[in-house]
Amino acid sequence: MKLSDKAEEILEAMWIAVEEEGKGFAEMEGIGIDPVDPAYAELTSHALIEVKEGRVYFRPEGKEEGRKTIRRHRLAERLLMDVLNVRGEAGDDKACQFEHLLNEGVDAKVCTMLNHPTTCPHGKQIPPGECCEEARKSGDLGVVPLTELKSNEEGEIAYIQTEDSKKMQKLMAMGVLPGNRIILMQSFPSYIFRVGFSEFAIDTAMAREIFVRR
Amino acid sequence: MGLFKKKASCHSVQTEPQSSGKKVVLVGNPNVGKSVLFNALTGAYVTVSNYPGTSVEVARGSATISGGQYQIIDTPGMYSLLPITEEERVAREILLNESPDVVLHVLDARNLERMLTMTLQLIDAQLPVVLVVNIMDEAEHMGLSIDIPLLQEKLGIPVIGAATAKKRGLDEIRQAIAGFNRKKHAVFGYSKRLESDIDSVARLINGDYPLSRKSLALLLLQRDEEVTAMVLSREGESAAIAETVREKIFERRESFHLDLSMERKGIVKGLLAGVLTIPEKRKVTFNERLSRWAVRPITGVPLLLVVLYFGLYKFVGDFGAGTLVDFLEGNIFESHFNPWITRVVNGVIPWEVIRELFVGEYGVITLGLRYAVGIILPIVATFFLFFSILEDSGYFPRLALLVDRVFKKIGLTGRAVIPMVLGFGCDTMATMVTRTLETVRERVIATLLLALAIPCSAQLGVILALLSKAPGALMAWSVCLLLIFLVIGFLAARLMPGETPMFYMELPPMRLPQLSNVFTKTYTRMQWYFMEILPLFVLASVLLWIGKLTHFFEKAVEGLSPVMAAIGLPKEVAVAFIFGFFRRDYGAAGLYDLQTKGILNGRQLTVAAVTLTLFIPCVAQFLIMKRERGMKVALAIGLFVSVLAFGSGYLLNEFLVVTRLL
Repeated sequence: MKLSDKAEEILEAMWIAVEEEGKGFAEMEGIGIDPVDPAYAELTSHALIEVKEGRVYFRPEGKEEGRKTIRRHRLAERLLMDVLNVRGEAGDDKACQFEHLLNEGVDAKVCTMLNHPTTCPHGKQIPPGECCEEARKSGDLGVVPLTELKSNEEGEIAYIQTEDSKKMQKLMAMGVLPGNRIILMQSFPSYIFRVGFSEFAIDTAMAREIFVRR
Repeated sequence: MGLFKKKASCHSVQTEPQSSGKKVVLVGNPNVGKSVLFNALTGAYVTVSNYPGTSVEVARGSATISGGQYQIIDTPGMYSLLPITEEERVAREILLNESPDVVLHVLDARNLERMLTMTLQLIDAQLPVVLVVNIMDEAEHMGLSIDIPLLQEKLGIPVIGAATAKKRGLDEIRQAIAGFNRKKHAVFGYSKRLESDIDSVARLINGDYPLSRKSLALLLLQRDEEVTAMVLSREGESAAIAETVREKIFERRESFHLDLSMERKGIVKGLLAGVLTIPEKRKVTFNERLSRWAVRPITGVPLLLVVLYFGLYKFVGDFGAGTLVDFLEGNIFESHFNPWITRVVNGVIPWEVIRELFVGEYGVITLGLRYAVGIILPIVATFFLFFSILEDSGYFPRLALLVDRVFKKIGLTGRAVIPMVLGFGCDTMATMVTRTLETVRERVIATLLLALAIPCSAQLGVILALLSKAPGALMAWSVCLLLIFLVIGFLAARLMPGETPMFYMELPPMRLPQLSNVFTKTYTRMQWYFMEILPLFVLASVLLWIGKLTHFFEKAVEGLSPVMAAIGLPKEVAVAFIFGFFRRDYGAAGLYDLQTKGILNGRQLTVAAVTLTLFIPCVAQFLIMKRERGMKVALAIGLFVSVLAFGSGYLLNEFLVVTRLL
């Protein structure tokens, strides 16, 4: 089933109203899409929603579809802001267009790449998908910033993510290179880690930029 | 740590090497024992000077090895041939411009794998490299074993295992220098793609350079500004090469630096196969355990307090400012030297006025020399000794990470702890060292805090001696200064535009400092300090003498008396403030004189001590501030500090009068 962009937006608005604001339905006026728009008919014909007196109700299949749609939207936001560094209003606009591409399994790939995020950049919940569930079961923690390691925990440096190329060079010269083993010695008041036989101290901001595979 | 070594000179004239002969350049990471090796090779005749156009200092010395004359150059620490910091830039300039006959690459055996990448770069550049694998003793202690002959064979250059701090391997190093000849060395192959990229650039380089074309091509591809400028200026028709480099950089824009590092890492892995054996289980040495204690807040903070109590309070305060000052000032000067010199001068010089200049109340000898040698010298000497021991033990980087979070709140990073601690020795020297901080913003905040709230050792010694009889006053003084330090730092961090830079620091292993190194450092600092202050003390004495002659001095005291009255002090204290204008410690010493005469009560003593500590930095510090930060910033800080000093004095006095605490 491939829905139109507008239909997906209706589902999102409804999902927020019902699941996050706790209402039983969504007011047609609050959705922001013309009540005479054919998208409503599209959704009704798929048996996803019911429209009664200007109020829109979910049918069970519709709620599930809404969940997936909102998940794609928020994953798109994460992708744009975290990885592509498109922020602010431009980011929000682009996310609205981008989300419609994340169906048929692409969402699971993006979600895995982002290491199964639980919140969008605005702090709202991202409903977990099957991929998140599987990752949780298998205990695969994936790639995490150094800040997430416990003291004396060891890992392999996966990559360094920094916009400052000088800092990147400095880190590489210090032996912080993908593939090297890294041991976090201490995390407060500063992060101390060991690579080979050398120890380094860095602050939280810098520790966030070193990504480690446990 | 090379941060403060040999701050003996502040002139930026480069002295010409006194000996011709061949040149040996020492290069390597920080903390690998370059300076110890340098001292072992050169002996006493060493010149330290700023590298032209920079504030980085470079030490040069001469040595006779197997009958030949050599000039030895110690460079600042560098991590890679591609420079990031000013120190690294200078080190590379030396490699480029001094055409060394031998390059001694010193590295730490424990970090062979990491540091060998620089050896690769030096060999790639076809420099005459001799590799010194230093600190072998500690590596062996940890159970590492390194097959030096095999490594030598693989690299195709002389490799020497050494422990320079224990004098091991020095003869082999000398032999390697004397017997060095540029024979063939190993050539390391990169991946096909990288080799072809290098080749496409190297092919276009025709001129004669101190580095190989392969090395130049790599630096060009890494967008090294200086090398790009040098190559483009020498290769007349530069269009082709600039174009090729731009193309290649664009092609590999995604991860050239990373790819290169990874390839080098791979080559090093191959080189070390069979050379380096690491024990299954890591041995934890006592020094490592000590290091753990130093960096955990729960043990680190008590350790810091212990260090401060015994080092600063007991050793510098009690012993330096107490025992030694009593002996030098009270015994030698007051009882023996001053009466004697007064008799001599009075016998030789018939004019009262001139006698006054030398041996009067403010005489150059009886006051200036007495203060400088009798009071200041012992305090400063003990402080610098304490500081050098801490520095050589590797404690400072640990202290830095411990305070980083707090320092971030006042707009600094943990790095700034080094100038701050040094400030307790000499604020002037510390202001100079603030240049090691990363951003201008950090430097300005550090300069301000040093000028305002960090009392120097001389001042601290005198003030502690003054206030030690009144614990309440001492407490009030400490609380006031700490509060002002934090509040002003906090406000400065809010008001100054810009962001606090990130903090990263290598933690060198903790080790027992070497006495000879500690003494050398202490001595060079003392020498610098004395050259800097003695003329000022003499000048101050002369000015005070002129002031007294012309009665300007009395007028100044009169002029300041309303200010003194406002902060509840007798007008005699103005003398201490006028002294303090020349040097803060001088002012504190003046206060000490007043206290012994019994003029001040507890409240007045506290107010005077706080105001004087905060008051204008000494003339020398002001001059350094001007040199390092520029006239505008220096004047602004000076003005701010004066207003804040008297303002705080006023408030404190009001507070103490109302609450009757003291």
